[in-house]
Order: sequence, then structure tokens, then C-alpha cells
Amino acid sequence: MTDQDALFQFLLRMGDNTLVLGHRVSEWCGVSPVLEEDIALANTALDMIGQTQFWLGLAGEVEGKGRSADDLAFLRDVWDFRNVLLVELPNGDFGQTLMRQFLFDAWASTMLGRLMYSSDKRVADIAEKASKEVAYHVERSADTVVGLGDGTPESHAKMQAALDLLYPYVGELFESDAVDAAMVSAGIAPDPASLRDDYDTLIKRVLSEATLNVPASKFTHKGGRTGYMHTEHLGHMLTQMQWLQRAYPGATW
Amino acid sequence: MTHPSTDTIWDWLDQVPDPEIPVISLVDLGIIRDVEWVKSEDGDELKITVTPTYSGCPATRIINQDIETALRKRGIDRLSLHRQLSPAWTTDWLSEKGAAKLEKFGIAPPSPKGQPERCPNCGGHDLEKTSQFGSTPCKALWRCKSCLEPFDYFKCI
Ligand SMILES: [Zn+2]
Repeated sequence: MTDQDALFQFLLRMGDNTLVLGHRVSEWCGVSPVLEEDIALANTALDMIGQTQFWLGLAGEVEGKGRSADDLAFLRDVWDFRNVLLVELPNGDFGQTLMRQFLFDAWASTMLGRLMYSSDKRVADIAEKASKEVAYHVERSADTVVGLGDGTPESHAKMQAALDLLYPYVGELFESDAVDAAMVSAGIAPDPASLRDDYDTLIKRVLSEATLNVPASKFTHKGGRTGYMHTEHLGHMLTQMQWLQRAYPGATW
Repeated sequence: MTHPSTDTIWDWLDQVPDPEIPVISLVDLGIIRDVEWVKSEDGDELKITVTPTYSGCPATRIINQDIETALRKRGIDRLSLHRQLSPAWTTDWLSEKGAAKLEKFGIAPPSPKGQPERCPNCGGHDLEKTSQFGSTPCKALWRCKSCLEPFDYFKCI
């Protein structure tokens, strides 16, 4: 694997995370519990899709085969996606969606904080831009997790169930492989494993305020970021997201 | 060949309205980061550097189109637009006249306190936040408990 291949893979991982989660969150558009939440979710999705344009745009540039961010988003099939499994899971109820958002935002804010010091200025610039938006996302998702966790017995039970369901997907965010090793030695990105302590401190503070119990097991489902194996949910999601390009190849407006 | 000064270009751009909040200009919004004439083999080219407000702001493409249209109408035919992400846009770059126009229009301008200074409708101070997000990525929703009117707040980032 050359350095450029590794950088390409790293950028796909960053861009596919925000693309897939951005699309998932956009599925709430028009069906959220209340209007304010609908607008908030749509705005969050929009920020993530915007960040995707930067990450995948740069990925296409680094790859050097003339693929644009749109080409990468709409013309790849499941096995070429490099997002973690956490973000491709179905939304579940509103509480589950916000729990997933919080677990992701907490990682994204930690990761982007480090990437702002990347040796690759293009990566540092995107991180600087995205981290301002993510700071706002994590503030809101954390508030909502606390509000619902420390809410009524019913909302508490739903949030605990969401955490129990999603927590076994968190560990994949901190897995390392040869791509990460190449990024570390080039000074482009940190070793994901090195983010875990900061992450744990952040989520434990919020989840304890939310009166929720963090599951003890560190077992993790994985295979998304390496492309080894996605869940069956991603394929279904792509049939929606890529429908237009599949039905009318090359369509533009 | 003579060409308009960069000061003149800045004035022209200050007449191009923001597509989502047309009471302020692109210059008021602080997204035009640089205007310069660059020498090239076939004559001077005008280079405009623009930074996005939010990554996913749908107005970004329209803004670029509006800049081109406005300058081409003034006779500038050699023109290039450059996207700059760093330093990332901040509401500190919103001009004072822009902030005043926002308030007159009914949008509370960003305030260093992180919340609106007063109700843009009645000037009241008894305010509450309805939602962290509003009708566009750059705004949040607030309500005035004196006049009971909801209003947009241009949030600080
Ligand atoms: Zn009022």
C-alpha cells in the first residue's frame, strides 16, 4: 500500500461516516416528533453532507482518477464503503437516533480536534471547518440524551435500551490497522486507539448525568471501516440514496 | 489595459445580497475573504476568495453564481472564484452595518454572550430559546416573552 492509497482510504472512512450518518439523519425530515426537532435534524444532516463533500472531494483528488465527491457517493456499492457499522444502523426511535448521534458526535469532536493539527493542510482545513459545526452538534445531542435519559421512566428505559443496543458498535471507532499506521507515521492523523480515553471521559460524564449505565463489555462489532463486512442495512439504505443514479445512470440537473 | 480597483470591486460585491437573508450583502456576511488582480499571460484576472458559512449551506453554489453574474454584468470577463476553508468563517466577520440591518429586519444579530441581546421586535429582554436550529443553518429559534413573538437569532460560531 502506498502512502497515497492509505490517505485515500483514510479520507473515504471520514467521508463515508458523515455521508451515511447524514443520509440516515435526513430520513427524519418531515416525520420528526416536533417541528423544532425536524429542523434541527435536517440541519445536522446538512452539515454532515457538507462535510462529506469536503472529505470525498479530497479523496477523489488524492486518488487521481478523476472521481468527484458525487461519483464516490453515488456510484460505489456496499463493499466499497468504509464507514463504521454504527452509522449505518437503522434510526430506530427518536431517542435511539439521538443516542447514536451523541456517540458519534463525541468521537467526531475528539477526532477533528486532533486533525486540526494534521501535517496535511487540506485535512487540517476541513477539520477546522467541521469541528465548529460538530461542537454545536455534540452540545445538542448531549443535552437531548440527558433530557431523555433523566426524564420520565419511559424515556429513561428507551434511552437505556438505545445505549445497550448501540454501545457494542462504539469500539470500531477506535480500531487501528495498516491505514492508520501509515497516517500516524506521516503525521496526518492520530492513532484512533489514542482517542479512547478522551472519548470515555466525555461520554461517561454525559451518560452519568443522563442517569444511564454504560455497558461493561468492550466487545465490538466491526468490519465497516475496513470494508470486510457491512450489516445488511447499508445495502438497503443505498438503494434509496442511490436510486436516481441506478435508475438513470449519469442523470444531472 | 486599466481595470477597476479592488476597492471598486469590494463596493460592487457589497451590493450583492445574500440569497437567504437578502437585507445583508455578501460583504456584510464576511464570506468574501480576498479580492485581487492576478497577472496572467492573456491579461489580468480577477481572483475572488470566498469561504462558506456552513459546510452544507445550500446557498454556497448560488452565492458563487451571484458573484459571477454581478461582476460579469459590470464588464469583468476574466474572473476566478476560490474556496478557502481556513480560517473557518466566524460570525465575528459580520459587519456592523450588517448586524444593524439584521436587527431591523427582525433577526437578532450574533452576540458574544452566545444569546440574543434583545428582542428585535420590541426590545424586550425576557427571552427563551425554542430550538438550537432555525430556518437556515446560521440561525436558531428564540421567543420573546414580553411581546410573545418568535424570532430568528443569528447564532455565534
Ligand atoms: Zn419582543
